[in-house]
Amino acid sequence: MNDNNNDDAMMDDEGSIDVVRAVELEINALANTPNRQPALSIKKLDRRSFLKLSGIASGSLVLAAIMPGPGATAEDFGNLVGSVELNAFIKVSSEGKIVIYSSNPEMGQGIKTALPMIIAEEMGARWADVEVLQSDVDESRYGRHGAGGSTTIARTFDQMRTMGASAREMFIGAASLAMELPREELYAQDSTISHVFSNKSLSFGELAALAVKQSLPDPKTLIFKDKADYTIIGTSVTGVDNLEIVSGLALFGIDVRVPEMQYAAYQKCPAFGGKVVSANLEAIKKLPGITAAFILDGNENVRELSSGVALVGTSTWAVFNAKKKLDIQWDESTASKDSWTQMVSRAKQIHAQPGTELITESGDVNASFSNPAHQTIEAFYEYPFVAHLCMEPMNCSAHYKAGSNGEKDTLELWIPTQAPTRAYPVVKSMFDLDKEQVKIHQMRLGGSFGRRVYAEYICEVIAISKQVGVPVKLTWSREDDIQHDFYRVGGFQSVKGSVDRNGKIVAFEDHFMGMTYKGGRISGSGFRATEFPILNLKNARASKTMFDIQTPCGPWRAPGANTTAFVIQSFIHELAVKAGRDHLEVLLELMGKPQWFDQGNIRSLNTGRATDVIKLAAHKANWGRPMPKGHGLGLAFHFSHAAHVAEVVEVSVDANKKLKVHNVTVAVDVGPIINMSGATAQVEGAVIDGLSTMMGQKITMENGRVEQSNFHDYQVLRIPNAPAVDIHFIQSDYSPTGLGEPALPPLAPAVGNAIFAAIGERVRKMPLTDEGFTI
Amino acid sequence: MAKYQLNINGEDIDVDVDPQMPLLWVLRDEIGLVGTKFGCGIAQCGACTVHVSGQPIRSCITPASMLAGQPIRTIEGLANGTELHPLQQAWIDVDVPQCGYCQAGQIMSAAALLEQNPSPTNDDIDAAMVGNYCRCGAYNRIRKAIHLASENTTTPFYDASTPNIEQIDGDMKGEQA
Repeated sequence: MNDNNNDDAMMDDEGSIDVVRAVELEINALANTPNRQPALSIKKLDRRSFLKLSGIASGSLVLAAIMPGPGATAEDFGNLVGSVELNAFIKVSSEGKIVIYSSNPEMGQGIKTALPMIIAEEMGARWADVEVLQSDVDESRYGRHGAGGSTTIARTFDQMRTMGASAREMFIGAASLAMELPREELYAQDSTISHVFSNKSLSFGELAALAVKQSLPDPKTLIFKDKADYTIIGTSVTGVDNLEIVSGLALFGIDVRVPEMQYAAYQKCPAFGGKVVSANLEAIKKLPGITAAFILDGNENVRELSSGVALVGTSTWAVFNAKKKLDIQWDESTASKDSWTQMVSRAKQIHAQPGTELITESGDVNASFSNPAHQTIEAFYEYPFVAHLCMEPMNCSAHYKAGSNGEKDTLELWIPTQAPTRAYPVVKSMFDLDKEQVKIHQMRLGGSFGRRVYAEYICEVIAISKQVGVPVKLTWSREDDIQHDFYRVGGFQSVKGSVDRNGKIVAFEDHFMGMTYKGGRISGSGFRATEFPILNLKNARASKTMFDIQTPCGPWRAPGANTTAFVIQSFIHELAVKAGRDHLEVLLELMGKPQWFDQGNIRSLNTGRATDVIKLAAHKANWGRPMPKGHGLGLAFHFSHAAHVAEVVEVSVDANKKLKVHNVTVAVDVGPIINMSGATAQVEGAVIDGLSTMMGQKITMENGRVEQSNFHDYQVLRIPNAPAVDIHFIQSDYSPTGLGEPALPPLAPAVGNAIFAAIGERVRKMPLTDEGFTI
Repeated sequence: MAKYQLNINGEDIDVDVDPQMPLLWVLRDEIGLVGTKFGCGIAQCGACTVHVSGQPIRSCITPASMLAGQPIRTIEGLANGTELHPLQQAWIDVDVPQCGYCQAGQIMSAAALLEQNPSPTNDDIDAAMVGNYCRCGAYNRIRKAIHLASENTTTPFYDASTPNIEQIDGDMKGEQA
């Protein structure tokens, strides 16, 4: 993607590599890999890189198949008696049980199921024989651990296929020896190697011991299965952790229990950046169940350790209770003074002027706007800060063990995080521990949505465990979670556009008013020079004005797209209305002929793929049908995260502005679907998340303090308001990509457009409750 | 501190904790039953739902000492040995969980619903489940799974005919320390 927008350096404000930026760079690297042909392809690798662990650079999709070395111990083989390891991801026991390791974080996006499905498919395994286990964190063995930017499927599809195919070839090699038959006459299916010309066969279990002795196949010789032969990919498979989830077994970070463990809470300043001067520690220490209370100075990096008071005790309840009794004197001289009302009034003052910095310009928008033959309209859009609100509040467990007798200190961590290896550099810089001294357990995440790319809760618990010398589980209260988030950044956009005599959109201008954090870039607060419909028009201009804030912000499901889609896809409808034309017709006209905007880059907008999903959604929703009074259909399309998604929403609105969303029709092209059940779940979830957020969620801050604190004043959509979601996939032949985020952005504009169709009122501000709507 | 006995999933368990400690934290931190989840601490999200005498309650605001002697059922006690409750099976069959964190609470609310109403309509489900947040938005699958479980079960899965809360309050075994 020729993403020449945000121009900001990848070093964040604190001078360390910004993990969010790293994810974005990875997305770009994926887009820029030399292999740009859209068809599924085999990566060409030399043997050395295959054996040695290939680089993680350039979004490389390959990982070594590492054989267990001479130093391997029984422990390395887990509890599978007689099992052998075919590569880092696959173990097979003599009974035929297949263990596949999932190395990336599972937060509800479904990769712990989807990635092993890819391996099992290429192996020729029977899914019922597969058990999926979460791997430990070891980049030398598994490659990059991490999830974000809806990139995991795109990044690892060929890697997983390579793992599966190489295991399959080792089984075939073993079967060829055992049955004294040529390899070419053998094939893998249902966890068995069978002979084409006879009924001879041997199971994976029977072959395991011999298979592990086969040499690793040269990846150049690997041939991946044809799509037509898939038996696992594209089917619906229930989540591999579902039995544990419905049985209440410990899975999540917050469920960790370690012998001798104590429980901790941590109180930071309600105004971001405030520092503890003093606290009533002696009184707190006397409270029941409290074993320690102390001040941590912090390092003034909100992503690492902010100043605060740590409480340690014998239960979470004890420390939560004590936390309410804290009396802390804060030094707020350098703390945030951010005010949402001031941001709004400033935006309203400047929105009519062009931004202070030009993002892109083509043609002559001013000439188009002043052309008497054109109709020109302007609009001001507003969207608030929102919180992530993971159902599992932030937490982490740590055991910092001081070394005795000259031994080095060690640290064991149990982290629910999107970026486990992010802990290493922070642990090094803050606690001077090398990677070898740190053992990380990657725990399932009870939701993340971009929240858990940061490591501050990890730093907090390490500092606490180090101080008290025992294992500690830190749990944030919901109030901590809402008031110390890395929020989806709020902002404003002033848009202007014109239509010609024929009602065709001919010019578009956007003044983006976003935020920087202490001068540094914020994920999601930018406007791309390639943003739709800039490249579709001869006359387009975008500029920006940035407000500097001290409220921490970060990626939130489909950063940038989740707000820009609202503005642009609503405004295109406004222009269609101005022209007196059908929205669908105008949108398709704007797409024009099928083309890549970045030729051959499968992660760029393809107007043909866009047209196909728009038409499909409209068709399935029966677009254009007569609607009863007070009912309306709304349409929106948005391209983000390499995905083309269109949505049509049916709403009704009564005289009291009570809104009902009846159904949402979604058409998606993300290439081939790996797990149909998981993919539809992501779309259903994104639609409901989008509606939930649009309807009533808003974080405001005054004098640096966030004004919301828990679910009573920050609400999530409840079950009676969940619309039916009708999902259609176009399974194009392009490489598969992720679906955790891109179905969310079109929802808000589609709802806004439907409300306009129903009652003639234009929605230009989120949340809807601020505009007098209820649900 | 107070010593009292709780009956959890059919087992009597002695505890010695702050009498104000909510059941949620007694379960999670004292007893080690971590299937019941902390979501908000103010009875808004339903992640902590358990059954007391067959009724769904929010364990995050209910002091455990009030519950001495009453049968408490948590997600860990919903299955009959290795036989899953029809709701648990339906949750797997429909592939309800995304992140999965709220699902124990969802299933416990749904189980209480099916005890009262073995064949709920969508409206019945919405009314019974309105207190349970699913941040991932799995609501449509939750409805579908409850219908599926409802079709797969004809009799109450376990006997909830136990004393009501008022009776039990006077029967507290807890001793104030």
